[in-house]
Amino acid sequence: MASVEQGKQAIMLSKKHKAGLLNFLSAQGILVFFLICMFAFSLFSEQFLSQSNIMTVVRQASIIGIIAVGVTVVIIGGNLDLSVGSMLSFSTVLVVDLHDKIGPIGAIILMFFFTLLIGAVNGFLIGFMRLNSLIVTLAMLSAIQGLVLIYSGGQNVDIANQSDTWFAFFGRGYVLGIAVPVILFAMLAIIVQVVMSYTSYGRRIFAVGGNPAAAVYSGIRKNWCVFSTYLISAFCVACAALVLGSRVMGSQNNVGQGYELLVLAGIILGGTSLLGGAGSIWKTIIGVLILGFIQNGLLLLGYPYYTQWLVTWVIIILAVWLDLANKRKRLFTTHS
Amino acid sequence: MINMKDFLKGSGFIQPIWVFVIVITIFFSFMSEYFLSIGNLSNILVQTSTIGLIALGMTYVMINGNIDLSVGAVLGLSASLSVGLQDYGITIAVIAALASGLVLGAINGLVVWKTGVNAFIVTLGAMIGVRGLIFVYTEEQSFYATNFAFSDFGTASIGPFPVLALIFLICTLVMHLVLKKTGHGRNTFAVGGNPEAALDAGIRIGRHMMINFIIVGFFAALAGVLLATQMGAATPNLGRDYELWTITAVVLGGTKLTGGYGSITGTLGGVLAIGILRNGMNLMQVPAFYVLVILGVILISVLIIDQRLNVHASKGVSI
Amino acid sequence: MSTAAMNRNTAHGASSSSPVLSLIDITKKFPGVVALNKVSFDVRAGEVHALLGENGAGKSTLMKVLAGKHQPNGGKIILAGEEKSFENPKQAKKSGIVLIHQEQSLVPEMSVAENIFLGSLPLKWGNRVDWKRLHADSTEILKRLKCTFSSRDMVSNLSIAKKQMVEIARALVFTPRIVVFDEPTASLTDHEKPVLYDIIRNLQEQGVGIVYISHRMDEIFHLSQRISVLRDGEYNGTLNTADTSEDEVTKLMIGRTLELDHASKPKEFGENMLELRGLSVDGVFEDVSFNVRKGEIVGMYGLVGAGRSEVAETIFGLRKPSSGEILLNGQVERLHSSHDAVAEGIALVPEDRKDQGLILGMNCRDNMTLAGLESVSRRGFMKTAAEKRVYDKYQQAMKIKTPSWRQKVGNLSGGNQQKIVIGKWLHTHPKLLILDEPTRGIDVGSKAEIHALIKELARSGYAVLVISSEMPEVLGVSNRIIAMYDGRVTAEFDGDAVSEDKLVQAITGQPVTAQSNTGSTSGHPAG
Repeated sequence: MASVEQGKQAIMLSKKHKAGLLNFLSAQGILVFFLICMFAFSLFSEQFLSQSNIMTVVRQASIIGIIAVGVTVVIIGGNLDLSVGSMLSFSTVLVVDLHDKIGPIGAIILMFFFTLLIGAVNGFLIGFMRLNSLIVTLAMLSAIQGLVLIYSGGQNVDIANQSDTWFAFFGRGYVLGIAVPVILFAMLAIIVQVVMSYTSYGRRIFAVGGNPAAAVYSGIRKNWCVFSTYLISAFCVACAALVLGSRVMGSQNNVGQGYELLVLAGIILGGTSLLGGAGSIWKTIIGVLILGFIQNGLLLLGYPYYTQWLVTWVIIILAVWLDLANKRKRLFTTHS
Repeated sequence: MINMKDFLKGSGFIQPIWVFVIVITIFFSFMSEYFLSIGNLSNILVQTSTIGLIALGMTYVMINGNIDLSVGAVLGLSASLSVGLQDYGITIAVIAALASGLVLGAINGLVVWKTGVNAFIVTLGAMIGVRGLIFVYTEEQSFYATNFAFSDFGTASIGPFPVLALIFLICTLVMHLVLKKTGHGRNTFAVGGNPEAALDAGIRIGRHMMINFIIVGFFAALAGVLLATQMGAATPNLGRDYELWTITAVVLGGTKLTGGYGSITGTLGGVLAIGILRNGMNLMQVPAFYVLVILGVILISVLIIDQRLNVHASKGVSI
Repeated sequence: MSTAAMNRNTAHGASSSSPVLSLIDITKKFPGVVALNKVSFDVRAGEVHALLGENGAGKSTLMKVLAGKHQPNGGKIILAGEEKSFENPKQAKKSGIVLIHQEQSLVPEMSVAENIFLGSLPLKWGNRVDWKRLHADSTEILKRLKCTFSSRDMVSNLSIAKKQMVEIARALVFTPRIVVFDEPTASLTDHEKPVLYDIIRNLQEQGVGIVYISHRMDEIFHLSQRISVLRDGEYNGTLNTADTSEDEVTKLMIGRTLELDHASKPKEFGENMLELRGLSVDGVFEDVSFNVRKGEIVGMYGLVGAGRSEVAETIFGLRKPSSGEILLNGQVERLHSSHDAVAEGIALVPEDRKDQGLILGMNCRDNMTLAGLESVSRRGFMKTAAEKRVYDKYQQAMKIKTPSWRQKVGNLSGGNQQKIVIGKWLHTHPKLLILDEPTRGIDVGSKAEIHALIKELARSGYAVLVISSEMPEVLGVSNRIIAMYDGRVTAEFDGDAVSEDKLVQAITGQPVTAQSNTGSTSGHPAG
């Protein structure tokens, strides 16, 4: 037996060295793809790689990016969050509407409070009641959209005096020439990445997502962990609402509709598995940026904005497929 | 009512969703005299036929252990095609519209089968991409039916029965029988309930999956055509959120996301529950958005009830 | 190899009937491993041929080759004089070779009949199922098996034993020539076993060749005519059951005889670390009372399903007791979660290593420190160097073989995986260590190492509770043995002096007799 074991390990070792470069490329495949895309677009459009264009793309991608940071944590913890789009509508409507009624500070505080409350409801139902996250957040998507409409009475809301409020800082401001949304995005991404990689909390989330039973059998409070991921997700949505509300200074009732899909698309494209227990914020950032640059590049080349959806369709499936094919060492499944 | 647990699990004679349907029917009939009139009831059937048709296909896909998020976009494309191609004649337009559903379903199914990528991801991609196809085709324009035969169809009746309601009910019956009585229907359960065993038994699980994706694609397209006849028009954003409504209806009807469990009768109940709630609350002049909240609450309640029953049934540690 | 050849000759010489199935020089290689090396095996019509070997010896691989799940890299399969090669399980099934799985391979929400004819439902025109024929055919098969349930029953409503019957019924659809039973009694109760034996004899009478894989010697000697042994992927000989003994078979299987080593067990015990008083969980187990002292190893012996793991899970805070008390260090404790249990110094090495013990996608180091993250972090931030030190310490102490700490635990062998689970708990410095089936599915070498480790831990002051369904293991490590049957503690024995038959009586619900030797047993039948 021992000899078989040792043989197995020896082969595993030698294989590992040989496949080193290949592994690296496949692990970083999405990064390579990203660079090829950038290069290709830059051939056709001089503007594409200009500093101002890049900053514009990153700024535009920052709202989706901020939400995606939170949802990535939920996914690493082994769950899904489809309610972020509705939550974004809710939080944006709330902060814009309250701005003129109680002032920006009160509006922001209340908005964060209620957004986190919704996150807590999600977290309670999924973490403590152990319900299926897909259906719960689907139900919440519908319920929150209803709440927004009830709250606003179906009317759009806006801020009356748009040029006179420091609230504009979050969406329209610049610090040292960098747009505030980008700074917020970067800060959140770095903080959450550090938390996930270098803290015991992050380790627990990975464990819970990787194998919930084993996590519980290791004395980890799984319910709390899952609960907390939805608070993080809600916090990120609140930050995104801050940016969005401040940028548009007004809000339609369904401003966040469909964001949950774009966020998921970015996360999947980055290479984070929906199964949980794996993934990283870096990957998500790359995924979100790819979507952003493809959109921008196609526009610069003169294609209408909706062509990016067709491209997204193809590359999402390709990205996941190639990843799978690499793992099973064959392109197609064999069953009939 | 002999055994509460068996009853709620649906192993009894009547499914719990149907009890709910009966309860809200009684409730609304007290709240509004008009509610139980033939006109209103067929109205409910017509209103629910769109979601209902898609839900028939979705039930198959979900029993099979998959999910299809692209149905709303497929519906939108088919509606646009059926109106936009009317210069070539209604028949050609409708055939092209239905064919688009079959083809997109086949693509989804083939990709899920051959690449092994999770259906959630494949159809999420399709949901985004097919919406792109609609915009490419329509160039963001809404189409209006010029041929009155087309829009007349949406409001036509045979005797007191609206044609759309009849189509929905006939499709429901057929799909119920196919699921219960045919080899494909039974193998759909086998693949969803235990894929490994199905594979070992020589069941062609890939083919069954693909057929079910084609079925749901077809029904989404059919729903799109019928919706276009009702409206006499098609907008590029038609069908947004329909995947959510459909999945809600199917889950309310007792079909499990994990596969291997579900029924067309349950789905019919789920579809009617949503339709009756919307219609009844409309009659009571409750704003439509309250329905959204109520549906969310009901969906979560169903999950909780379902889970309570299963926790007590198994003796394992609940993780 | 010479003894093996000799054995083969004697076995063949003993019988004159020719085999219906011969596997000749089957070789199966997986990337990096030769799982089967020129293994030969044959079955005659109407005989039960037992296939034995430690876990990982290649039994399952051999049977999967036979049933068309794996394709061999070399060798021949000859069925009734014809050479065959099966590309998939369905082809094998059509030729009359059926594998009855250890794990359930039924579809729960379908009827018995549909499961029996899974993949080959009789159809009429229009893809319609021919229900009449389906139920008529199924009923006939069920009748042959003397089953009492109907072909229309839903499989999800059947007991485990009845489900197994359905699997066997499925085997009879294509008049089988060879039926392979892979650990068929693992999930059966004692009442259900005789029914299975009857079915096997019934099949034998019909001329079907049976391959019977099991770990249970009593069953094998009860049922089989011949016994073949695999070791490390190699054929190790065939014996006629009538001419051999358990000792001889065991020797062939593991290469040496197991000797009980009572001397190395810990001898000095301290205070009570754990005490259960009338602990019950409704519908799972009842009125369980026993204690474990510091420095003592208590074995908990019983069949699968007797409630042993559930007792452990309750001590570990995963189940809520419906009555009774858990005392730790003499104080009553109420544990609401596994987190509380770990805080109280309890560690549980769970029964199912892969589902409960490890995060297979995580690397060795991260798995090792998972239960004691507080000690390798400061203010929530991981101390990488400290983590590495902890990993190195236990990796060396337990001789865990792995290329690097970065290796995913899913790629390790069972023995090394189990050592990581144990290491994970040693790192938390528990006061009470519970090990549930600590050596299941582990190679012999690691097994001995783990047993030695358990004894060493107890000597250094740990209170240890070992749950096992393997008698040599329980006898080999325990100071005291608690026997469980059907959710109750039936007896308590002195681990050094109990006889095997008493243990068997205690865990099978028979009254424990007083007549056999070993006067020093402290056994007292309870409940």
